[in-house]
Amino acid sequence: MHNIGFDVAHLLAGSMLALSFVLLYQDRITAVLNVFALQAIALSLSVAWQAYIQEAPHLLITAVIALVLKGFVIPTALHRIVRRLGIHRQIDEVIGAGPTMLFGLGLVALSILLVLPVGQNVSLLAREDLAFALAVILLGLLMMITRYNAVTQIIGFMSLENGLVLAATGAKGMPLVVEISVAFSVLIAFIVFGIFVFRIRERFDTVDVGALDQFRGERRDQT
Amino acid sequence: MALALELGAQALQMLLVLALAPLMLGISRKIKARLLRRMGPPTWQPYLDIWKLLHKEAVLAHNASWLYRTAPYLLFATTWVAAALVPTYAINLTFSWTADLIAIVALLATGRFALALAGMDVGTAFGGIGASREMMIASLAEPAMLLVVFSVALIAGTTQLSAMASLFIHGSVGLRVSLGLAMFAFIFVAIAENARIPVDNPATHLELTMVHEAMVLEYSGRHLAVIEFAAGLKLLLYFSLLACLFVPFGMVTGDKNLDAVLTGLMTYLGKIILLAVLLPIGETCVAKMRVFRYPIFLGSAFAASALAVFLLFVSRSF
Repeated sequence: MHNIGFDVAHLLAGSMLALSFVLLYQDRITAVLNVFALQAIALSLSVAWQAYIQEAPHLLITAVIALVLKGFVIPTALHRIVRRLGIHRQIDEVIGAGPTMLFGLGLVALSILLVLPVGQNVSLLAREDLAFALAVILLGLLMMITRYNAVTQIIGFMSLENGLVLAATGAKGMPLVVEISVAFSVLIAFIVFGIFVFRIRERFDTVDVGALDQFRGERRDQT
Repeated sequence: MALALELGAQALQMLLVLALAPLMLGISRKIKARLLRRMGPPTWQPYLDIWKLLHKEAVLAHNASWLYRTAPYLLFATTWVAAALVPTYAINLTFSWTADLIAIVALLATGRFALALAGMDVGTAFGGIGASREMMIASLAEPAMLLVVFSVALIAGTTQLSAMASLFIHGSVGLRVSLGLAMFAFIFVAIAENARIPVDNPATHLELTMVHEAMVLEYSGRHLAVIEFAAGLKLLLYFSLLACLFVPFGMVTGDKNLDAVLTGLMTYLGKIILLAVLLPIGETCVAKMRVFRYPIFLGSAFAASALAVFLLFVSRSF
């Protein structure tokens, strides 16, 4: 059980999960962007390691895409947008960091409990990758629903997508994985354009999506 | 003869922690002062302080009870026992079968309980606020600490420190992200428990934010000396625990001949002095946080240690 291949995969996937928690904990936009870039780098390392131990060189392409696009290009672009929008201030959250993290721990426990009985007859490595990936996905969803700010919601979505890539590469012999990854990257580019939409909505003087609810006449309970 | 040697090795450890504890305080204060571009007191100043305080008259409040007078000694005794149990330069000492990680946590909690009672005994406002804050920090830090203990114990298969250290020295546990997370959580807990800067300022007096100093504000003379000594011992205990659990290399594992013991002592000294230098550097980089931020700070330690335990469950085949 204690072979180095398993240990390194465990280390990288585990650090991705830990970085998801760091994302939940951070409440400044620039710090969130930096942590997201770190998570993308961890993802690309993890995918590269999978390419090495599964002897599947096409996974290296996925790793490079993840590294270049999500590790550098998207964080840099988001940094520029954030600076131009002038929102270096605190993020307002629906619930505080403490309850969010407790809830996140519950989600991690849930995903582990879900995956462990399902994957009884697959390899330990694939099962563990699936559990971690599901946890990262759920934490990304949690981040999307606990934030008001559009930029951090996008970060939540992209960290969710990191989990999807992790799940796709953890399963052995996934030939379409490159295409899937490219497709998701396109989707991410689409989301990035979504930020420009929010820039157009600068007439609200905010990217707080609560303003949209008010504009549509939907009332939100004032906390 | 062999028994005498074994007892001697144990006694050496007990005296070693006693001798080194004020030095750790001295080193970290000196480094801190240098980082703030001050000269700072000499490294051995804590020894002189304790010596001076021991010879001063102890002033007691009129309404101080026996609890107030005995609490410092109880605190000192529990902290000393706990610090002497953690393996420092060698494992498998005579009393190392008692060095259970949960027992050490419980010993520290006993000392803290005594000090919090003593803080409330005289009935001053500062003592009460210090005691209540200390208890708040403890109620947040102890769950995190116990989860750290569980995650390390799940990897090692035991809660006995000596056995853990010997397992980790031989490197048969492999590369574990859980250990890293546990170390992260342990450092957070150690900062909070030792009243260091993001949580409490050890150099403060008469500020509304102080915690530890508020509890011991009424103490003087030999009582204060003993409390200061216990604070140094607690810092050294956390250093030794960190060194023993996460960097256990260089400890004496087998025969206790002179060479091995000297190597063990030297590496132990090197490790704790390095930690005593790193601590003030970290303290200088961050600002003290508000009291209301403590739950988030210690909650992140709790989350990290809980995550460490969860990760262990995934990698374990049921």
